[in-house]
Amino acid sequence: MTDIFKKEDNMNWTAVCSTNDIPPNAGVCALVDGKQIAIFKIDNAVFALDNFDPFSGANVLSRGIVGSLEGELVVASPIYKQHFALATGRCIEDENESIAAYNVKLDGDTVLIAAEAQAAA
Amino acid sequence: MSGTTRLVVVGNGPVSHQFLETLVESGKADQFSITVFGEEPRPAYDRVHLTAWFETRKAESLNMVTEGFYESHSMIVHNDKKVSSIDRANKVVSTDCGTTAEYDVLVLGTGSYPFVPPVPGHDRENCFVYRTIEDLEAITEASKNGKIGAVVGGGLLGLEAAKALHDLGIKTHVVEFAPRLMAVQVDDGGGKLLRKKIEDLGVSVHTGKNTQQIIDGDNTTHKMCFADGEELETDLIVFSAGIRPQDALARQSELDIGERGGIVINNNCQTSDPSIYAIGECALWNGRIFGLIAPGNEMARVAADHILGGAEDKQFLGADMSTKLKLMGVDVASIGDAHANTPGAKCYTFIDEQLEVYKKLVVNEDASKLLGAVLIGDADDYGTLLQYALNGIELPEHPEAMILPSLDGTAAAGLGVDALPEGAQICSCNNVTKGDLCSAIAEGTHTLGDLKACTKAATSCGGCSALVGQVLNAELAKLGLEVNTDLCEHFPYTRQEIYHLVRVGKIKSFKELLEKHGKGHGCDICKPTAASILASCWNDYILEAEHAGLQDTNDRMLANMQKNGTYSIVPRVAGGEITPEKLIVLGEVGKKYNLYTKITGGQRIDLFGATVDQLPVIWKELVDAGFESGHAYGKSLRTVKSCVGSTWCRYGVQDSVGAAIDIENRYKGLRSPHKLKMAVSGCTRECAEAQSKDVGVIATEKGWNLYVCGNGGMKPRHADLFASDIDTETLIKYIDRFLMFYVRTADRLQRTSVWMDNLEGGLEYLQNVIINDSLGIAEELEAEMAHVIGTYQCEWKTTIENEDKVKMFRSFVNSDSGDSNVVFVQERGQIRPATDEERELGKDLIAVA
Repeated sequence: MTDIFKKEDNMNWTAVCSTNDIPPNAGVCALVDGKQIAIFKIDNAVFALDNFDPFSGANVLSRGIVGSLEGELVVASPIYKQHFALATGRCIEDENESIAAYNVKLDGDTVLIAAEAQAAA
Repeated sequence: MSGTTRLVVVGNGPVSHQFLETLVESGKADQFSITVFGEEPRPAYDRVHLTAWFETRKAESLNMVTEGFYESHSMIVHNDKKVSSIDRANKVVSTDCGTTAEYDVLVLGTGSYPFVPPVPGHDRENCFVYRTIEDLEAITEASKNGKIGAVVGGGLLGLEAAKALHDLGIKTHVVEFAPRLMAVQVDDGGGKLLRKKIEDLGVSVHTGKNTQQIIDGDNTTHKMCFADGEELETDLIVFSAGIRPQDALARQSELDIGERGGIVINNNCQTSDPSIYAIGECALWNGRIFGLIAPGNEMARVAADHILGGAEDKQFLGADMSTKLKLMGVDVASIGDAHANTPGAKCYTFIDEQLEVYKKLVVNEDASKLLGAVLIGDADDYGTLLQYALNGIELPEHPEAMILPSLDGTAAAGLGVDALPEGAQICSCNNVTKGDLCSAIAEGTHTLGDLKACTKAATSCGGCSALVGQVLNAELAKLGLEVNTDLCEHFPYTRQEIYHLVRVGKIKSFKELLEKHGKGHGCDICKPTAASILASCWNDYILEAEHAGLQDTNDRMLANMQKNGTYSIVPRVAGGEITPEKLIVLGEVGKKYNLYTKITGGQRIDLFGATVDQLPVIWKELVDAGFESGHAYGKSLRTVKSCVGSTWCRYGVQDSVGAAIDIENRYKGLRSPHKLKMAVSGCTRECAEAQSKDVGVIATEKGWNLYVCGNGGMKPRHADLFASDIDTETLIKYIDRFLMFYVRTADRLQRTSVWMDNLEGGLEYLQNVIINDSLGIAEELEAEMAHVIGTYQCEWKTTIENEDKVKMFRSFVNSDSGDSNVVFVQERGQIRPATDEERELGKDLIAVA
C-alpha cells in the first residue's frame, strides 16, 4: 500500500450517495458535517469541492457546468462563470479565490467523502 | 451660454443638423454659443426618408436629434420661428415674431421649396406638396375622402409621392411633363421599362403632359386639363415637380444669388459675405444646386471645418450625383454621365424584357474608362460600376461582359476591392473611403457590425454594405489576421457549422458530437450551445440524462437563478392575457411560499426567492391550475407582448391580443441562439412597442406590417420594416422562415439585431431569402419549424410527472434540509435577499419558507 492510501484510511469517510444519484458529467450537493460539498462525476471519476462560490457568496457550484480547459477538468460557477479545477479547487481566473477540494472515493457504487479539506489534511 | 463666438444657424433640417453634429464631434462645440432657428414645428428630422413616416405616422420615428444633444452643448433652439431678416451691418438676425440673435458667424441651411407650376388652379383645395411631415399629414387626411390622386412630376420624389398615395389605397396617376419618367437620371430605354414596371403595380403613368389648368371635376374634386386636349379627373393633387433653392432671406440681405436662384458659395461654403455660410440645397456652387443628401452633408462638414479654423483643410469641390434607390419596389440606379453627353462617349445596352431588366454602360471613346451607367430592375452591379466610374479604373477588354448575364451559370467577375485606391469613396452618404475602413480595421475593428458603428459606413442608405464587407474580408486576409471563429477550444467550428453538422449528421447527443467533431470534455461555452442546437433540431426534453449536464444555469433548473442562488419562476401568460382565477392562483402561490412578486416588462408575473427543492412543489400547484412553463430561463421565445387591440380599444384595427396569443403558442419552447422577444400592436399607435422586438407586428387596415431585428436593452435598435399589409397566413409563414433562418445562421448569444447588422446584404438579402426564397430553402425552414411546433411539451409538466427528474431538484443528495445560507429581509412588504451587512447584524433575518 502506498502512503496515500494509508493516509486516506485514517480519514473520517462519510457515505453520501450512489453514483447513480449524480447525473452524467454534472454535479450534486451533499451535506457532510454541516458543510455543503459539491460532488461531480465525469465519465467514471468523482471529484469534491466546496459548494460555496466565493465570487457570489452563494452555495451554487454543484449546479455549474463541468468540462475541461486546456486539459484540466473544471466546473464553471453558474453565477458569474469563473472556473475552478475539480482536482484542486484552484480558481483559473483568480488564484486568490481558490476553494477547498475534498478527498472522495468509490466503494462499488457508493460515493464516500472525507470532509477535511485536502490542504488541511 | 458657453462659448465666446456667437454662431447662429438658420434652418434646422438634416444638413444643418449634420453641421451641428460635425461641430460637436470635433470636441470644440463649446467654443461657441449656438442658436438654431427652424421654421418647422419640430427640430431636425430625416427628410430623406420622409416616406417612412407612413409606416408609423409618428414624427418621432424620423427624429434625428439624440436626447440631450442640444442641452449638453447649451444650444438655444427655436422651433416654429422663421427668420425674416438679416442685418448684416450689425450682425443680427430677426424672426417675424420679433426674436433676435446676434452673430459672429451665420450659417444658412434654409433648404429648398417644392416648385409648383404656376398653372391656373394650382392653389385649389386639396392640392399639396411633398416636403414636410405636415404635408404628409394633410395628404393622409385628404385621402380619406378621395378615391383618386394625381402626382405632378415623375422624378425621384414624384415617384415616392406616388408610392405613398398608392399605399394610402387610392387610385394613383403620375403626370410628367417630360416624355419619360426620371428624365434626369434615366434614358429613354430605361424610362420605358421603369414605366412598365410601375404600371404593373396599378399606377397610371402619363408622360409628355403639359398641365394647362385645373378646374372643377365632373365626378371628382378636380379636373386637370392638358395641352394635348386630354383631361384627368382627380380628388387630390400632389405637386412634386422639382425643387427651388430657398434663397429669399439671402436675396433680401443682398448676398450674391445665382441667375436662376441659389446662394453663391465658394469652396469653403462661404457666401459673398465671409461671415455668412450657406450649405445644402439653398447653396449654389459653381453654378450648380445639389439636391441630394450626400453633397449637403459634405458642405456641412466643409463649413464646420472652415469655421473651426480649417484644421482638416477641407474644401467642397462638387459631388458625385450617382444614386441607387428602390422606387415602388423597382431597383433604379444612375451613375455619372448617364446620358452619354461627354463628347465621343459610347454606350453598351442590355435589355431583357422577359425579366424586365435594363442596363446601360457609357464609356469613353476608346472604351477604357466608365463614364456613366443606368440600371433598372437589377442594380446589384451598382457598387462595382460606381467604383470604376469614380476612380477611373481601367475597364476590362470587353466592358459589355459587366452587364451581360453569364450563360454558364458563373457570376460575372466583379471588381476585386484590392483594385480600389485608398481614396476610393466606399460610402458616399457618410464620406467614408477605403482608406478610412482600412485604418479602422488595422486598429482592431474586426467585425462588420463594429466597422459600421466605428466608421459610420453603410449606416445611412446601406447601399455599400456588401462592399464594406468585402473590404473587411480582404484587409483581414492581408493583415494575416485569421479571425478565429472557433466556438471554443473543443470545437474548431463556428456555431453555424456545428448546427449543420448536427442537422446533416443527425447527431442526437453532445457525446456523439464531441466524439465525431470535437476534443476534450467540452466546457460552459460549447455545452449550452450544443444543447440549444440539439433542442432546435430535435426538440427532446432538455433534462434527459444525456442533455441535463449541458444546460446553462437557468435551463438546468428550468428557472432563473438569482444572486443568492435562489430562483425566480415565470409561468407563461400568453399575450399578457390572464383570467382573474389564474391571477388569484399566482397570488396564493406567492403568499404560501413567501415569494417576492413583480410584474415583468413582458407582461407576466415573476415569483422570486424559491429554493431548488421548492421548484417542483410550486410547479406542481401551477401546472394543476393550468399554467405552463414560461421559458423565462431559456434562450428561447420569451413573450409576445400585446396591446388590447380592436376588441376593446377605440383605435384598434385588428385583434392584437388574439394574434399575440396565437404567435406565442406557436413558437413557445423554440430554442434559439439567444432569447427572442416579440410584440403585436393593434394599430399604428404602437402601444405594444413592437418596433423594439426581434419580431414586431403592427396591425394595419389591410392586415399586418411585419418588423424584424429590433432590440431594446443594452444596445437599442429600431426594427426594420420587413413586409407590409400582409395577411395572417403570410405573416406566420414569414415568421416561421425568419426564425428558423436565424436559428440556423446566427452566432452563439447573438440577438437578431446584431445578426442583422452583420448580415452581408442586410435587410434586402434577408427579404430575398425569406420572401422570394432566393436560397431555395423556404420549404425546409417551414418543415423544421413544423417539427419543433409538433413536438412541443411543457418542460415543467414533464418534470413533475417523472420522479427521477424531481430528484434532481433536491438541495442535498443526502439530506432533506434546505440551504441555511439563504436568508432574506423584509422590504416594502415583501422579502429580498439580505445584504452582507444585514447578515452580520443578524437582525430580522427570514429563512426560506
